[in-house]
Amino acid sequence: MSPTTIFSPATTPARWIFDLSNMVYAVCGAIFVIVGSLLVYAVVKFRRRKGQDASEPAQVYGSKQIELAWTIIPILIVVVLFLSTARVIAFTQKPSFEETAVKVDVVGHQFWWEYRYPGLGVVTANELHIPVSDPARRAPSVLQLYSADIVHSFWVPRLAGKTDLVPNFPNTMWIDPTEPGLYLGQCAAYCGVQHAKMLLRVYVQSREDFAKWVEEQKQPARVTDAAARGREVFERTTCMSCHAIAGTAATGRFGPDLTHLMSRDTLGAGIIPNTRENLRSWIQDPGKVKPGVLMPAMGLDDSELDAVTDYLMTLH
Amino acid sequence: MTLTMQPPPQTWTERLHSWVTTVDHKRIGIMYVLYALTFLVVGGVEAALMRLQLLFPHAEFVSPHAFNQLFTMHGTTMIFFVAMPMMFGFVNYLMPLMIGARDMAFPRLNAFSFWLTVFGGLLLYYSLIGGYGLYGDGTAPEVGWWAYAPLTEKAFTRGHSSDYWTLSLLVSGFGSIVTSINVIATVFSMRCRGMKLGKMPLFAWLSATMSVLAILAIAPLTAAQMMLMVDRYLGGHFFDTQAGGSAVLWMHFFWIFGHPEVYVLIIPSFAFISEIVPVFSRKTMFGYPIMVAASVMIAFVSMSVWAHHMFTVGMTASANSFFVITTMAVAIPTGIKIFNWLATMWGGKIRFNAPMLFCIGFLAQFLLAGLTGVMLASAPMTWHLGNSYFVVAHFHYVILGGIIMAVFAAFYYWYPKVVGRIYSERLAKWHFWLFVIGFHVCFDLMHIPGLLGMPRRIYTYEPGRGWEIWNFLVGIGAAIQGVAILVFVWNLIRSARRGAAAGSDPWDAWTLEWATSSPPPAYNFATPPVVKSRRPLWDLKHPEDPDWRYE
Repeated sequence: MSPTTIFSPATTPARWIFDLSNMVYAVCGAIFVIVGSLLVYAVVKFRRRKGQDASEPAQVYGSKQIELAWTIIPILIVVVLFLSTARVIAFTQKPSFEETAVKVDVVGHQFWWEYRYPGLGVVTANELHIPVSDPARRAPSVLQLYSADIVHSFWVPRLAGKTDLVPNFPNTMWIDPTEPGLYLGQCAAYCGVQHAKMLLRVYVQSREDFAKWVEEQKQPARVTDAAARGREVFERTTCMSCHAIAGTAATGRFGPDLTHLMSRDTLGAGIIPNTRENLRSWIQDPGKVKPGVLMPAMGLDDSELDAVTDYLMTLH
Repeated sequence: MTLTMQPPPQTWTERLHSWVTTVDHKRIGIMYVLYALTFLVVGGVEAALMRLQLLFPHAEFVSPHAFNQLFTMHGTTMIFFVAMPMMFGFVNYLMPLMIGARDMAFPRLNAFSFWLTVFGGLLLYYSLIGGYGLYGDGTAPEVGWWAYAPLTEKAFTRGHSSDYWTLSLLVSGFGSIVTSINVIATVFSMRCRGMKLGKMPLFAWLSATMSVLAILAIAPLTAAQMMLMVDRYLGGHFFDTQAGGSAVLWMHFFWIFGHPEVYVLIIPSFAFISEIVPVFSRKTMFGYPIMVAASVMIAFVSMSVWAHHMFTVGMTASANSFFVITTMAVAIPTGIKIFNWLATMWGGKIRFNAPMLFCIGFLAQFLLAGLTGVMLASAPMTWHLGNSYFVVAHFHYVILGGIIMAVFAAFYYWYPKVVGRIYSERLAKWHFWLFVIGFHVCFDLMHIPGLLGMPRRIYTYEPGRGWEIWNFLVGIGAAIQGVAILVFVWNLIRSARRGAAAGSDPWDAWTLEWATSSPPPAYNFATPPVVKSRRPLWDLKHPEDPDWRYE
């Protein structure tokens, strides 16, 4: 089964859309069958047959009763569809729940995702972690959506419909998944050259696992002597103008926070696995892996490259 | 020695000169249509390149930049330089004939607006050369055909590629507005004697409706383009979000153009269907006054639905609900039209010539397109499907399955009138079946990756998401449609030389264009016609049972 299908909802808002959709599919399907059959019947029954005389058929100019019938029935259908739609809109956009599990600021960048947990002091990128919501006592995670540059859109089909991240125009959405697991999606608003490779990964974790993850992410970066040369290169070249590593001099905000880089499964906004070889070739020339990415190739020589890679590999 | 009084044959320069300087509505109409056909091939090649790239995941057939330029150019070309000039071409050629006029109300203005449209299209493609600009940053624009702010601001799009896009739409937009004014003036003041508003062919009603809508829709687009130019060159901040501007403002401007634009294109398609279905069913149009009312109603309601393109940008629940109900309301007059066409066929003696085949294809496909439209009108469904391949499939269903099918029907129906020769029915049937099969393989299946989470405008996609097989099959369908288009173009070219002579009225039809020779003389009618009903030729052919007794 496709991991991004809309037919396998895992949260309340996604389930509401799923139920509404099924109703709309059924109504539209019925209309298609009825009107389509009328068309087929007309084409077959009223075709010109061989041997028919050349006379013209009876000319019919119209009928008020019939026109009235096929005006009123569609109006009734539209009213029903509208009311069921408006209900889902109101429930989704004006939710009522007693508590929230976690609040996350989601910031869209060309072409990656920044996640900041204001209450928890955690900053990470490209891989969103949230706790499960207890079905008995619903506690959804609330996402505040911002954009650092242009319009992006957050769409993880199994979790919720998409909501755009518009600069100067913060949006909110909420999700309450009950099953732990990895949920996939990607940016759904054209945002420039690498719009296609701005992938979303949402890790839904049990409460305990999530608490453990938060504990780890709150720690500043580990300092080991082994990687001192790599750290020196990182801080001497312009890496630190864009990247932050908590507990060091690097406080850049343009690129993803690297404090716990190695706790992430992927690189480049979800496009390649986070392995040593991939990390090294990414640092060497990101544009080769993801043409159009805003991170430039730094022109490091082989030994510097190895040193920086070694240093980043220590950031668990 | 005898003097021959015949003028010498025209040289090709003289012929070219006579076409370039013409103010004859028929010649301008033909030029519009040929211009649109040329760009149809260009836009089709762009589509083919995109489908090649998407045949397999992680393909590297074109670069990301090139792909983004391709979909920007494809969308802009197909809407502004294929669909719009195609419709204005048909209206230009046919509407004055149908109302018994000798030309449009403003013939010189008519030529002016055609050449503006030409200039606009050339400007768009000149970006390939001139877009390089000072920064060497890109050639063709790659901002998508909506050109959402702030992607179009200087900070994100340097160079001049998007400026060519802006200028191109500004220039051709003025062309469209001027033509629209011309059409309205012609319909309301150039009708022949006896043709009251209620006796006009539906074609004329729909031409006027489309023109009113075009003026209302293009004005905000033009305003937005000017504001964008101010932002880019005069230091304005309308859409410059880094200085407090609004991205959402552009969306509103664009879609208050963009949605009525769909109806600018579909209303003339309705006009073609409303002329062709009665003739080939051998019955008068069922419910003429209701058809007029429904068309005007569609135009009216379509001005209040634009933000259904913005269900995901975070409007309030009440705003979302408002645009849900207005959008769904469009289904009502649209349904009325479909039912009236069906009722026209009901009890007739249907002839299955190519124009009618394409009309039947239109009815089935437009019905489906309308129903996926109702699904998307339900805002929560658009929260999922907006900006996905489902939407791409939906609007291609409207444009190819609906508008282009109607255009093909119109091509075959009026080809004998314009060229004076009959097209090849055999090639036309090949065209029909190839196109229908290709269309359904391509666009029926294209809904599925959307339902499986595939967003639009991505130059490549990840394997393992269940999208591979669908994208591959969609590519196959696109190729079949390409072959169909080649058959169609070949038929047009071949039949112009080798087709049988058409005579003035090959379809035994009822409107005034069939009362004059094929092709019509420059002055259209030797004596201005006088009509008593909506089907003047029916009255002539059936003096014992004329229409005006019943209308």
